[in-house]
Amino acid sequence: MLGPILETLIGGLLTGVLYALVALGFVLIFKASGVFNFAQGAMVLFAALSVARLSEKFPLPIAIVLAIGVMIVLAYAIEFLVLRRLVNQEGIVLFMSTLGVAYFLEGFGQTLWGSDIYKIDLGISKNPIFLFESVFPGGILIDPEEVAAAVICAILVTVLAVFFQVTRVGRALRAVADDHQAAQSVGIPLNYIWLVVWATSGIVAIAAGMIWGSKLGVQFSISLVALKALPVLILGGLTSIPGAIVGGLIIGAGEKLAEILLGPLLIRWFDLAGGGIENWFAYVLALLFLLVRPQGLFGERIIERI
Amino acid sequence: MFYREAGQFKTTYGSDEAIFPIVQDRWFVIAAIAFAVLVVPLFAGQYLYTEVLIPVLILSLAAIGLNILTGYCGQLSLGTGGFMAVGAYAAYNLALRVPEVNLILVFLFGGLMSMLVGILFGVPSLRIKGFYLAVATLASQFFLEWAFARIKWFTNYAPSGSVAVGPIELFGIPINSPERKYLFVFILVAVLALTAKNLVRSRVGRMWMAMRDMDIAAEIIGIRPLHAKLSAFAVSSFYVGVAGALWGFFRLGSWEPLAFDVNRSFQILFMVIIGGLSSILGSFLGAAFIVLVPIFLNQLPGWLGVGLSTATISHLEFMIFGAMIVFFLIVEPRGLARLWAIAKEKLRLWPFPY
Repeated sequence: MLGPILETLIGGLLTGVLYALVALGFVLIFKASGVFNFAQGAMVLFAALSVARLSEKFPLPIAIVLAIGVMIVLAYAIEFLVLRRLVNQEGIVLFMSTLGVAYFLEGFGQTLWGSDIYKIDLGISKNPIFLFESVFPGGILIDPEEVAAAVICAILVTVLAVFFQVTRVGRALRAVADDHQAAQSVGIPLNYIWLVVWATSGIVAIAAGMIWGSKLGVQFSISLVALKALPVLILGGLTSIPGAIVGGLIIGAGEKLAEILLGPLLIRWFDLAGGGIENWFAYVLALLFLLVRPQGLFGERIIERI
Repeated sequence: MFYREAGQFKTTYGSDEAIFPIVQDRWFVIAAIAFAVLVVPLFAGQYLYTEVLIPVLILSLAAIGLNILTGYCGQLSLGTGGFMAVGAYAAYNLALRVPEVNLILVFLFGGLMSMLVGILFGVPSLRIKGFYLAVATLASQFFLEWAFARIKWFTNYAPSGSVAVGPIELFGIPINSPERKYLFVFILVAVLALTAKNLVRSRVGRMWMAMRDMDIAAEIIGIRPLHAKLSAFAVSSFYVGVAGALWGFFRLGSWEPLAFDVNRSFQILFMVIIGGLSSILGSFLGAAFIVLVPIFLNQLPGWLGVGLSTATISHLEFMIFGAMIVFFLIVEPRGLARLWAIAKEKLRLWPFPY
């Protein structure tokens, strides 16, 4: 029994890293501009479509560089056409505008790049790896794509952490995240900072889009991955980059374990037509965590004044 | 010139606190209701009923429900679709298992069940706030969607997982034609909208608004957060539940949980935001806008004589819809209801400049 559970746990942790990769994009934008960016899922789809279609014409590295260019142009367009015109509006209005952007991007991406299912070939073998064959009968099965995702995620987080802590732009970003007005008053250009943040989360979306695209095929359903990232986000805390990673690991492991341990019990007790509790378990798990810590695991403490 | 309150003196508290204190407003509302009940059936065809009027009315009711929670009490919710599903399935099960129950009670039962579930999922709102709460309400959406897809009792062990309602009748009159459905929905929605309008003007409504504007300050002046937030969740989910039951019975006829998925929640939220937060009228305007725009976009290529593939059209629809929402938020973040109010202000002076 221990073998399969361990296998599920590892599989879950690795899937969790994939969720974290999407959640990372949300966190970047929320941290720096207070915008709850629902379009992140659509951005992942758009990025994946760009990479997939460009890689048909160019070799993969060039396609990725071109896609980064596309995402920067997109970030500029969003900043210029939407955000700049909604400065000082309430959070809910900004949130709704990103929903509008999400709709637009889903339509635009598929009009521009086509709506078939495309492939991204990262050159990673799809054959599962078996570990610890001597310890457990049959060993533990691990998907190499998920390992690659974990490595990419680790690299991204390190680069982002260095970028935020060391560089000049990173310091400006942290200042804006702390207080818009104070940052503006010491001469940090808000519009430029937002452009940088959206472009960065666009690049994170490319990483997420490539991994998810090579896993599921590049198609419309990739944008739904955002819904998987949301519980990760609130569990870790909306403003914390490490929170997104830890949240992803907890959610990934939790939902996979629940599927094999809790699922069969629920089916037996309530006479269900099949399990599939993955869809809501992550949310309920996040909800329970939030009841104890309303700001998420690593979120900034919410201080309320009158 | 015609729309002004000069000469209308309020001599009693009653007339000061009336819903429509201005005579012209009163006549306008009466005329609108009379038009909807008496004139519309004279010319409306099946398409107008089933594709435009009935959906607009039912979704307005759901939008009123969400507006009570989000607009008046300030609790952003993304679980509207789930609560609509509760209403629809509760009503279906009551009608199926106790066929002799009156139709109105069936819908009220749908609302009440949704209300109970709403209170349950509203409890976390006492501790979780803002966007954290918004994401947490998605838990109710996904859980309820799952429950209705998997628990066989709810769908009466239907192998396909979809349910269908039988013939509907009220006091022995069968409600089978689109016209009768429309009239029934209209009357129910009108009564509930009037109730909602009065509710938000009452002590309860002011309590919600205080909670929305600043919850700590509201608590200090003696408003119980438990009471205020849970009552908002209860009333809101009641409205949404009734709307869900109506949607299932009169719009769909037979449905599966997919009809109440998360996109439905977003659709209702769009209606509330486009229509105007904390406005009952706005809920109607928003619903009409969100229902009519896709119909219009669908027809547009045909009118222009442009031949486009259906895939392109649906993508363009997404794009235009998204762009319109962004455009609307930029031009008037407070929604259509605000435009209506501005128009009324202007009309008071018209045709004079001051």
